[in-house]
Amino acid sequence: MRSEETKLIVSSSPHIYEKEDVSYAMKQVVFSLIPAVIVGTYLFGIYSLIIVLISILSAVFWEGISLIIRKKPLYILGDYSAIVTGLLLALTLPPNVPFWIPVVGTAVAIILAKQVFGGLGENFLNPALVGRAFLLSSWPQIMTSWIEPKKGIFWASNVTTATPLAIEKLKLSGYSLPNYWDLLIGNRAGCIGETSVILLLLGGLWLIYKKIVDWRIPFSYILTVFMFSLIVGKDPIFQILSGGLFLGAFFMATDWVTTPLTSQGRVIFGIGAGLFTIVIRFWGSYPEGVTYGILVMNALTPLIDKFIKPRKFGEVKK
Amino acid sequence: MKIYGFKGGVHPPENKDFSKNSPIEKLPIPERLIILTQQHTGAPCEPLVKPKDHVFKGQKIGDKQVFVTAPIHAPTSGVVKKIGLYPHPSGRLVLGIEIEPDGKDEVFPDLPKNKAWHDLAPEEIIQRIREAGIVGLGGAAFPTHVKISPPSEKKIDTIILNGSECEPYLTIDYRIMLEKPELVVEGLKILMYTVGVKRGIIGVEENKRDVVDRLKNYTDSEIEIVVLPTKYPQGSEKHLIKAILGREVPSGGLPLDVGVIVNNVGTAVAIAEHFRTGLPLISRGITITGRGVYSPKNLDVLIGTPVNKVIQAAGGFKGTPGKVIFGGPMMGVAIYDLEIPIIKGTSGVLVFSQEEVKYYEPIECVRCGKCVDVCPMGLIPTTLAKYVEKGKLIDAEELGILDCIECGSCNYICPSRRPLLQWIRIGKIDILSKRRR
Repeated sequence: MRSEETKLIVSSSPHIYEKEDVSYAMKQVVFSLIPAVIVGTYLFGIYSLIIVLISILSAVFWEGISLIIRKKPLYILGDYSAIVTGLLLALTLPPNVPFWIPVVGTAVAIILAKQVFGGLGENFLNPALVGRAFLLSSWPQIMTSWIEPKKGIFWASNVTTATPLAIEKLKLSGYSLPNYWDLLIGNRAGCIGETSVILLLLGGLWLIYKKIVDWRIPFSYILTVFMFSLIVGKDPIFQILSGGLFLGAFFMATDWVTTPLTSQGRVIFGIGAGLFTIVIRFWGSYPEGVTYGILVMNALTPLIDKFIKPRKFGEVKK
Repeated sequence: MKIYGFKGGVHPPENKDFSKNSPIEKLPIPERLIILTQQHTGAPCEPLVKPKDHVFKGQKIGDKQVFVTAPIHAPTSGVVKKIGLYPHPSGRLVLGIEIEPDGKDEVFPDLPKNKAWHDLAPEEIIQRIREAGIVGLGGAAFPTHVKISPPSEKKIDTIILNGSECEPYLTIDYRIMLEKPELVVEGLKILMYTVGVKRGIIGVEENKRDVVDRLKNYTDSEIEIVVLPTKYPQGSEKHLIKAILGREVPSGGLPLDVGVIVNNVGTAVAIAEHFRTGLPLISRGITITGRGVYSPKNLDVLIGTPVNKVIQAAGGFKGTPGKVIFGGPMMGVAIYDLEIPIIKGTSGVLVFSQEEVKYYEPIECVRCGKCVDVCPMGLIPTTLAKYVEKGKLIDAEELGILDCIECGSCNYICPSRRPLLQWIRIGKIDILSKRRR
């Protein structure tokens, strides 16, 4: 039994790893968003599902192209992060956008917001939100045209309408605000995947249970929006159930790469995102502020990480 | 009793069922024994014997006149065959004394007289423990006589016996507490008497709850048994003290600084056995386990037994072996040669089959923060690793890299499979060697 006969592998400790790796986490995110995709298709038609698929495929395509140009191995695609970006971007698009919108959006998200910085882990802004922000400022008309939910199996609805936040903010006449129940189940106009608060909450809780999402971010984010609305004298329940808050709070603001490392930092992140969201909603020119609220906090994350450090064991007080 | 607990830690699969129900067996004397001169933390011993010398069981064969070292002894009677360089579990070549046993197992006639320990003065006990070559059997193998000789300005009030055995797979401490509870308690009493403290605590993890009643049969009012949550690294000295007493060993300090001395339960048994038989530390309990051997079990082996004898005793390799690890899967050392002998710090031998040993290609850090959440020292492992990777050692030191206890929790949890601990180790070694210069 000398080593010439038996080749032993030598490496330094630890010798075991937790099973769950990055691609596992990303797959769980996709899994937890499936209900939102189904309800989006049910409300706004098969065309919405097509948009989701185009968005995912084009995200993977752009990621592959970028990896080839950067001379990186293509197995990196197996981390599923491009699929998550494509899916998240699609869920933030209005249901009837032209098919090229997700293609352009994912190109910006993957190439400009992620790969030029060095790929997954090196980007400092949430790629899906950068893609959405780019589309919103380049084609504001397309990105703010909404349709009525129709329910059932059909191609696409063509009854245009406005989102609850726009109705409330701009005091649009001829529209009525949905009640809390409709807001909760998602029976209202909006982006493909943002409407059904209850299903997004379910998916989010799944990710918290799987320890992929830190509950502190969505909790502090939504609570801040609630409290701030209350203080300003707006209907807090309407404010948290409308717009893309749940989608953003559970699935965008919790992106590992672009949020703080420490749990205390994540609470600050959530509160900050909540404040910016509310400021834009109440005093900005857009009816919704989730996208920019999170992006601003993404940009502040390195600063948060610089100042918020965990308490060291046995730290001697100076 | 209130449990304070500690922040961080991980819950790797325990895998203790492989061996936890098999009683400790005595391994027969092997055909050759290699006693390495570096068995412990501290200075290596110098051989006191020459080739062809006859040695008795328990005869001192190596020592050095410095404080932080522990002598080595012949585990059985026989002839010194060779003194030369042998592979050490750490991977280096170390001076060792090879003994060919004569099978008679004759005990050294000049062993210290068996005198009840309470008739000895504390200084005499410390001297006896030193001469018996007793070191910490939990893994680090720090000489016990050094540990129990605190400087006079440090007021010690508690001795903790570490029975947490938080490393997955290993069950030897569990078996020792189950099979030799009276020796565990006696060892603790000897330690308490020697250091002059009135409070002794035995800390046990919840998954070993059944030893508590056994131990309680022998304890008195001065000794408490504390059941701790099962969490790695519960058995880390600093975290055991924090969990039980709520005291935090200051950064860069020792348990002495908070009035505590921690010893492994196996060490306590070794001390108690020494005062019963007069024999020095020439054998120890180990767990031989893992999916890579046929019958995992707990063994009492002579120090110096080549590891292949231990593997044979467990029925040999099951399939092709991938890794043979001295210690547990979290902190153990993978060895490359099956002639490497068991040393005083070897708490177990873990064999992974080839299928179990996977290589993971690390990807970029995704900043999930899991390493920060699990670090029991409150460090930011991912940032430390990045600093070392970029050569920013000063930044790494400022961020507390030297506080790292190398438990490997960060490395275990990392979803990007980054070699965080490896980088941190490199950084620590670099910083310390620069400091020395």
